[in-house]
Amino acid sequence: MAFTIETYATTAEAARAMGADARFLAGGTLVMRDVNAGDQSFTRIIRSTDPALTAIRGTGDGISVGACVTLHQIVANPDLAFLAPVARQVGGPQVRNMGTVGGNLFAPHPYGDFTVALLAIGAKVTTAQGQKPVDDFLRDRDRSGLVTEILIPRPRDPGSFGWHKVSRTKPKGASVMSIAAYLPREGGRIRNVRIAFGAMGGHPLRATGAERALEGQSLDASTIARAAAVTLEGLSPPTDPLASEWYRREVAAVHLTRLLTRMERS
Amino acid sequence: MGKTPVTLTLNKAERAGFTDPGENLLNFLRRGLGDLSPKYGCGQGTCGACTVLIDGEPQLSCLVLAETVSGKTVNTTGGLADGAQLHALQTAFMDGFAAQCGYCTPGMLMAAKALLDRNPRPSRDEIAEAISGNLCRCTGYAPIIDAILAATGQQVQG
Ligand SMILES: Cc1cc2nc3c(=O)[nH]c(=O)nc-3n(C[C@H](O)[C@H](O)[C@H](O)COP(=O)(O)OP(=O)(O)OC[C@H]3O[C@@H](n4cnc5c(N)ncnc54)[C@H](O)[C@@H]3O)c2cc1C
Repeated sequence: MAFTIETYATTAEAARAMGADARFLAGGTLVMRDVNAGDQSFTRIIRSTDPALTAIRGTGDGISVGACVTLHQIVANPDLAFLAPVARQVGGPQVRNMGTVGGNLFAPHPYGDFTVALLAIGAKVTTAQGQKPVDDFLRDRDRSGLVTEILIPRPRDPGSFGWHKVSRTKPKGASVMSIAAYLPREGGRIRNVRIAFGAMGGHPLRATGAERALEGQSLDASTIARAAAVTLEGLSPPTDPLASEWYRREVAAVHLTRLLTRMERS
Repeated sequence: MGKTPVTLTLNKAERAGFTDPGENLLNFLRRGLGDLSPKYGCGQGTCGACTVLIDGEPQLSCLVLAETVSGKTVNTTGGLADGAQLHALQTAFMDGFAAQCGYCTPGMLMAAKALLDRNPRPSRDEIAEAISGNLCRCTGYAPIIDAILAATGQQVQG
């Protein structure tokens, strides 16, 4: 095993140490799989013991979450209650005790469920280069360097956020697809809607067609039907051992309809 | 490649050993410290057979870098019994035939222990959730859930 392990006291030092031959070790649920399998594509493992990486703190209109905060910490934090149903569906208890929010941003298909929620809620990611929306971050995440924190806006009405994960085994299973919907409403109309899908492309993607159909409308059966009709716009579902591309295309609208209908009724 | 010293509290005893860079905790416990109770199943976190408690939380020892547990408390099935006195979970697993081949049992016991440590009277659903990261290919899970319920002194139905 030809690895060197580098542990840094601050995120600044860890960020400087990153490089093409290095992997940052957060919870390790994905990195250590590669190490165990004898992956030779990296030789350095970077860690940081900076307490900022595991801190959760309120920032007025949002919540700052350190990149190494675990999914279990999310479930346990009352300030993040709207995200608890999402975090609770990532892996089993052991994976949630280990896996982190930062690691989830990099998780390859079909993983990345928590990132689907971050994309829908409009979170921002902080790296050495500054802050960017999750949308931009995901487009070139391979070159991001160290992520230090994730800024999560607090929805004014927690009921405006909805989550639906489709998996073959319960309560633990990888996603056939997952959907997060953020539907803020003003005077009964949906404003600044964001719908994100997981396991329907190389990384979590926004359903741009459905968003257009919902924007400015009231949430009712006919709006939901119009959004469902264009569900696949913006998505490019792959074939994998969990489901074929064909199957994912067939059922995406069904699941979006279920989620939006549940949100309409609550 | 240099070895790194690791000191930890394993099953209430202070232990120390040397780990190779990149070695996982499961390997370190089994080969380095001679605790053979956590099992190697998949090496990918999928099966849960290697589950141990780190500072009280169930984690997958095959996906933990060994040197990161320095200074921490690790508990394995090897430390469950008190001398000849089995833990209530172990007795319940035995009485309820909750093991067939037995390979998943150490992981199941540690996942169950973590649950009972924070929730002494869990429901069936809470038990199913707590062992959802542990695969069993023999029992169909029902005898395991029944055994965990029985260990808490609760009535086992059906
Ligand atoms: C059995 C099992 C079940 C799983 N089920 C699910 C599931 O249902 N849903 C799901 O979404 N995921 C699932 N996963 C995948 C994974 O556990 C999660 O995505 C988790 O959030 C990854 O976080 P981590 O901290 O363990 O990542 P790590 O393994 O530590 O890192 C993953 C990648 O991200 C990089 N990275 C991590 N943190 C940073 C950072 N701060 N800055 C820069 N790079 C970073 C690493 O270098 C690495 O390339 C599962 C994994 C297992 C083993």
